[in-house]
Amino acid sequence: MANGMPEFRIPIGDWVADGVDWIQINLTGMLDAISEALELVIDSFEGGLQAVPPLLLAAIIVLVATWRVGWRFGLFSIAAMVLLFGMGIWPETISTLALVIASSLVALMIGIPIGIAMARHDPVEAVVRPVLDFMQTMPPFVYLIPAAIFFGLGKVPGSIATLIFAMPPAVRLTNLGIRQVSEEHVEAGKAFGCTSHQLLFKVQLPLAMPSIMAGINQTIMLALSMVVIASMIGAGGLGNTVLTGIQRLDVGLGFEGGLGVVLLAILLDRITQSFGRVGRGASTSLSARLRNAFDQWKASQADV
Amino acid sequence: MQEKVVIKDLYKIFGPEPEEALALLDQGLSKDAIFERTRTTVGVQKADFSIYEGEVFVVMGLSGSGKSTLVRMLNRLIEPTRGEVIVDGTDITKMSKKELIEVRRSTMSMVFQSFALLPHKTVAENAAFGLNVSGASKSEQREQAQRALETVGLAPYADSYPDELSGGMKQRVGLARALATEAPILLMDEAFSALDPLIRTEMQDELVRLQQTEAHTIVFISHDLDEAIRIGDRIAIMEGGAIVQIGTPEEIVTKPANDYVRSFFYGVDVSKVFNAGDIASKGMLAVFERTGVNLHAALAQLRDHRSDVAVIIDRGGQYRGLVTVNSLAAAAASASPAWENAFLKDVEPVAADMELSEVLTRVTASERPLPVLDEDQRYRGVVDKTILLHTLDKTS
Repeated sequence: MANGMPEFRIPIGDWVADGVDWIQINLTGMLDAISEALELVIDSFEGGLQAVPPLLLAAIIVLVATWRVGWRFGLFSIAAMVLLFGMGIWPETISTLALVIASSLVALMIGIPIGIAMARHDPVEAVVRPVLDFMQTMPPFVYLIPAAIFFGLGKVPGSIATLIFAMPPAVRLTNLGIRQVSEEHVEAGKAFGCTSHQLLFKVQLPLAMPSIMAGINQTIMLALSMVVIASMIGAGGLGNTVLTGIQRLDVGLGFEGGLGVVLLAILLDRITQSFGRVGRGASTSLSARLRNAFDQWKASQADV
Repeated sequence: MQEKVVIKDLYKIFGPEPEEALALLDQGLSKDAIFERTRTTVGVQKADFSIYEGEVFVVMGLSGSGKSTLVRMLNRLIEPTRGEVIVDGTDITKMSKKELIEVRRSTMSMVFQSFALLPHKTVAENAAFGLNVSGASKSEQREQAQRALETVGLAPYADSYPDELSGGMKQRVGLARALATEAPILLMDEAFSALDPLIRTEMQDELVRLQQTEAHTIVFISHDLDEAIRIGDRIAIMEGGAIVQIGTPEEIVTKPANDYVRSFFYGVDVSKVFNAGDIASKGMLAVFERTGVNLHAALAQLRDHRSDVAVIIDRGGQYRGLVTVNSLAAAAASASPAWENAFLKDVEPVAADMELSEVLTRVTASERPLPVLDEDQRYRGVVDKTILLHTLDKTS
């Protein structure tokens, strides 16, 4: 060669392509089964959400936002609903929301058990950790290629790429949360005769809940960002609006789609975060407040 | 006394090659030398003792002395490297996982330094934790938990959450959780160390009171000698994983095995360690049994004695009074020579369980030795200024 480098090449790309070919030829049945199961989940979410009258759904979202976060955020959510309707992107928003929920749900159903296994067995952690690093540093666009090859175009490959991209935080934070449970709590569980199953469900998981909820929140946020990218393989929704904006160099349309994603992100983020605090703070003070109120009421009755 | 827990030749070695360390230990090498050679840490070595039913057995030592490791080997939160832990005749170390879980549920419960309560459960649910785990019915859980909470004085807080309670109250919940399973053995790991001093003494008193109503066999870990003396029937002192001395608080204080043991009670208030019964001297005064001698004979004998004061008891050993040569002579010369007339009026006996600090005030105020009586009014001896000074001097 001109620069004196010997001809040297490791054909990793070829190997991966060969592997993909092999999977496509030999595992068609499995791929079809996954595809159909996932399609069912996505369709039922999207169908369910679209069956609700838009105004009613918007009202429910506002109510949940007010109840979970507070009245200020309730006002924000009203403004967000008005904007989404006003920009005419309500159906796209719902489609994206359904895809995010379905993908996150599957990601959590796979990710949380993996996180638990990691926390309980060091060898599992040693294997899974580098895989997670790999998954998180790989540029998200790369997931689109195998997803499209195995599952074609549409919502199913979109959600597959999404759930793989969104899974790592759920796994990591579940693992971390369980490992951070204090040694004395674990000892207390064992000292009172917990089986390892009881230890997990009665001590470790409840105490790891804030961390696990943070992982769930992260997963949902990542799913939202990936769903937009996945519109390139036909996942539809708000990402499609943005994509159309890019293709037509239509700044206005692109901005509208982007704003829709931002509004949805804020709503999902704040509402899921509020569930992270439910562990005790919120419910405790609420029940305590109710109890106090009841005691005062009883006292006032007694006075009369 | 019934042996409840027997610990035989118990060792714990932390590290990859315990066998090698055990062999070196048998050759008599020290903990530090073994760490140099093998990079393994000797947690506990050659523990060999029994804990009796119904006693409070305190394990004391500085941090790193192996006391927490020792107590955790009793319920196998830490697996022993060698040796036996025999509870009610069965060796815990040879039990299967299932048998071990059963023992933990029914025989041994534990109280932790930082409470280790579940924050998402109410006080009552926390107290019922052990029963919940062993699959007791809901009503049984509630009943037992409620009773345990009443014992520790927390019944009104049953529906509160742990983060609504103060530190002392949290540890009461920890104690209630341990009591609710009705396990006869309680392991308490620095249970009161995280509490502030006032609450700590309050909890210690409570534990002592609890022992009087329903005696558990308690293994109590502590680094505080005052605490050990307050609650302990016997104390084991650990250093470098080995037990250097086991004895009653008095034995530990008066006959420390070495300087390490002695170093624990610099600054300990000895007037709290001993009570009047511990230091009462029986040989100092002449003792007459009332029914055996008459006044004149007693007077004659007392004149020969080096002391001019005598104690009068009756046949059962019950204390009757204190007499002097002068009061005896006066009573003998009077019209009705009865013992009662010879008794000194201003002498007030001291109860055997009175703390020295209190005895001190009484002795200083009195010119004569004070008789010490046990709870059945039997004569145990006398205390005077000389004895007190001697006791205080011996241990400072």
